Amino acid sequence: MWKWITKYASPMHFYLLANRLTPWFGWSAAVLFAVGLYGAFFYAPADYQQGESFRIIYIHVPSAWMSMFVYMVMAGAGAAGLIWKTKVSDAVARSCAPLGASFTFLALATGSLWGKPMWGTWWVWDARLTSELILLFLYLGYIALQSAIDDRRTAARAGAILALVGVVNIPIIHYSVIWWNTLHQGPTISKLDSPSIHIDMLIPLLVMAIAFNLYFAAMVLIRARMEIVEQEKNSKWVQELIVDKVSV
Amino acid sequence: MEQLENFFHMGGYGFYVWLSYGITLIVLLLNYVMPRTREKKLVDRLNQISKMKGQGENES
Repeated sequence: MWKWITKYASPMHFYLLANRLTPWFGWSAAVLFAVGLYGAFFYAPADYQQGESFRIIYIHVPSAWMSMFVYMVMAGAGAAGLIWKTKVSDAVARSCAPLGASFTFLALATGSLWGKPMWGTWWVWDARLTSELILLFLYLGYIALQSAIDDRRTAARAGAILALVGVVNIPIIHYSVIWWNTLHQGPTISKLDSPSIHIDMLIPLLVMAIAFNLYFAAMVLIRARMEIVEQEKNSKWVQELIVDKVSV
Repeated sequence: MEQLENFFHMGGYGFYVWLSYGITLIVLLLNYVMPRTREKKLVDRLNQISKMKGQGENES
């Protein structure tokens, strides 16, 4: 196991692995998106209270889950970079930020488009919405920090510290609907013993959630391998693999 | 035909539902296209640099 880890912590092996894995993640994401969307529009019945508008759930909830999951990956990779000083983990952390920001933006935008017809307002300063907005600012702050610092090592370290401090926001987002009972509804799905959602509505949601995860895996690898090539552009293996196209 | 119209109508919520899905589609596509373009540019640049280096070596 340890040998395996040290092997893929080497930029070249990670690059090769990422190259090989990306199409698998990408295509399985595409297939599951198709299945999930079919389920979302044709299999799941309309909600008895919210009618057809509830179908926004199939992108809103996976985006919101991903916004938090990606943040944990980013902070975890950042921490690994701080501890073991591995270039690969820095590249992964950097690659997470724009994806996480995108998911957070989607969670907020689709939530807003759902809130307007259901709550009668685009936005309220509800605890869930506010903490999710803070998450977006954390991502944007991380991205700004990365582009403000020229030295990659320093940028990665500063980013990792920012990301780790921001982790405190994640449980706040998660429990916000329980701690402060305002407008956003409470949890329906994470109560694993008895989710308060009908199974026909739940299955497409889970399929979409897996599709979002696979999409993220593919996209983060595409970004990370590019970051690595950029970092290592003067090394021999980049020259051989990418410029001379020698197969290894 | 009517079925199709009903589908797009989404029980009166068509605007909100389709705008949500539209935004999501655009954001997910951009997140694929942008790094791919950057990657291509990077590889092109590396190729160019290597060519220039190669010429320099041949001349000297």
